[in-house]
Amino acid sequence: MSTFYFIAFLSIFFSILVITAKNPVHSILYLILTFFTFTVHYILLNAQFLAVVNFIVYMGAILVLFLYTLMLINLNKESEPVKPFMVKIAGVFGGGILAVALASSLKLVATSNPVILKNPDLGLVKNLGKVLFNEFLLPFEVSSILLLSAMVGAVLLATKDPKTAS
Amino acid sequence: MGSTADILIKIGLILIIFVISLVMAMYSTYAERKVAAFFQDRIGPNRAGPWGLLQPLADGGKLFLKEEIIPTNATPFLFIVGPSLAILTACIGSAVIPWGQKMTIGSHVVDLQVTDINVGVLYIFGVVSLGVYGVMIGGWASNNKYSLLGAIRAASQNISYEISMGLSIIALLMLTGTLSLREIAEQQHSWHWNIIRQPLGFILFIVCAFAETNRTPFDLPECETELVGGYHTEYSSMKMGFYLFAEYINMFISSAVMATLYWGSYNYPGMDWMNNLLGPTWGPLFGFAVLFFKILVFIFFFMWVRWTIPRFRYDQLMDLGWKILIPLAIANIVLTGIGSTLLTHFGY
Amino acid sequence: MESLSNKKKVLEVKPLNFMERAYLPAIVSGLATTMKHFFKKPVTISYPEEKREFSENFRGMHSLKRDENGKERCTACGLCALSCPAEAITMTAAERQPGEENLYREEKYAAVYEINMLRCIFCGLCEEACPKEAIYLDGDIVPADYLRKDFIYGKDKLVEAPLNQ
Repeated sequence: MSTFYFIAFLSIFFSILVITAKNPVHSILYLILTFFTFTVHYILLNAQFLAVVNFIVYMGAILVLFLYTLMLINLNKESEPVKPFMVKIAGVFGGGILAVALASSLKLVATSNPVILKNPDLGLVKNLGKVLFNEFLLPFEVSSILLLSAMVGAVLLATKDPKTAS
Repeated sequence: MGSTADILIKIGLILIIFVISLVMAMYSTYAERKVAAFFQDRIGPNRAGPWGLLQPLADGGKLFLKEEIIPTNATPFLFIVGPSLAILTACIGSAVIPWGQKMTIGSHVVDLQVTDINVGVLYIFGVVSLGVYGVMIGGWASNNKYSLLGAIRAASQNISYEISMGLSIIALLMLTGTLSLREIAEQQHSWHWNIIRQPLGFILFIVCAFAETNRTPFDLPECETELVGGYHTEYSSMKMGFYLFAEYINMFISSAVMATLYWGSYNYPGMDWMNNLLGPTWGPLFGFAVLFFKILVFIFFFMWVRWTIPRFRYDQLMDLGWKILIPLAIANIVLTGIGSTLLTHFGY
Repeated sequence: MESLSNKKKVLEVKPLNFMERAYLPAIVSGLATTMKHFFKKPVTISYPEEKREFSENFRGMHSLKRDENGKERCTACGLCALSCPAEAITMTAAERQPGEENLYREEKYAAVYEINMLRCIFCGLCEEACPKEAIYLDGDIVPADYLRKDFIYGKDKLVEAPLNQ
């Protein structure tokens, strides 16, 4: 249990650093560390597959792309756009609504069962695969369609409109 | 598990593997120069020790004694983190590779694998994908446009080739039905090597391995003709040495992975007979030697290709990755699926 | 433009056929080529241990010759220094004293004779200019050294060893 508290403390600590870091690249590096602590959380829950997937997909791919884009854009202090006052107001408003939603949803949650898995081996690949392809086959396939549509959308965005190009 | 002897054996194994990786990295630099020389009808390093065998030590000594330079405009902390991360991610990959069958020494059964996690293949994959951070952080922290370009190239190249690498592994996993490297190795008993069932997958995998380890023809991140030294332009002394070491350790680990996944790991035809002959201690050790021989062949192949094929242009690299390797890998998955279904259907 | 010599060749760039586009056959043939070289004998001559034979007209380090009785031929006439395009040669003349007849052939000899090997271009003009056949560029390659002053070779390095030794 003490490991959990230590790791949880680290996750919160690094995620605070993500939003307070001045340099965007440092912020991404802290985000990587945050995701690493998430991986450790998964391992603590005996969900090895999720841990490794989180490791590969989030740390190994998505954040590399984040870093990649950040390195390409020149983020100097001078080029940072000054945000208009209204945008700041909107930001505060949006954040407030999110906080309210979170608080109310927390209120709805009754004291849950302490985290004791009925089947401790549920996180292993074999069991996870069986669950995904039996009970949750439909949502699983639907999510793949979601990804496909996102991909098609990205390709559409990337290709130039033939009318404007000519 | 749990007894002191077991823990000591485990620690010893980790140390041995660590030392082997480092020595392999050192002597890979020597081998690279020797092999390059032989391919070009030359002799190669022959001054330090007999046949130049002490050359890696001399090189290491030189790297240690060089002046440490941290550029004024660099980010000092990240500048040091970069190479450390590179060599760290290179070294931890060896943890899940099964180096041999279970060996009996006296009354102890020694598992020649540091840890057998049931997602071993994915672990290797994750470590490989993490390896790019060392290059990226180092390249960015140098605050030099050439380093930055090298880092960016490394990132996009690694991400692109990871996809086809993953897809080629998926085809293999469809046949093995397990993610544990130990089980994959056991399945290839005697001559049942996976290369027989997955020739296309292996070719895809080895091409991607070249790209992931930044070896020629895919060494664009450190392309001297365009980027001075690429991501390690600003590095000197042992930090530079770490990057070089990381490259060679990566080569060693990916050779080990290829040998394990496709070329039968420590299995060889006639191994049962040999194991009976040599007994439970020396038999697995001989298997380890066989695996090591395979790894050395792969390392030689890496070098052979390096001194044969010139570097790709960057758009060619991307074309190869996205337009050729990924479709081929998907086709390989489909073919594997059809093939294995038909074979099961007809009762093989 | 029309070709006058009729030697003009029009090259066609054909699109690659499938085998060429597949790239792997080309790689394999390339690997075969390099492998062939792997087993070839290296052409390297590991220099200080093995030396390559010089050609007959090779011009290396200078040597100041002696005649058949072991006397120095050079009379310090200065023609070599005059002919030297690189200004590498300098010398000081001295008169032969009685009792030194077995050392120097003529009455005048070079007390100091220096060649700056960093300036010398090994053209051999000194050789041609010498009326006494005293200087020849028949030596080895001039060895490397650490200091510039060590490249100024005096008589100790240039004069041939005496006959009887």
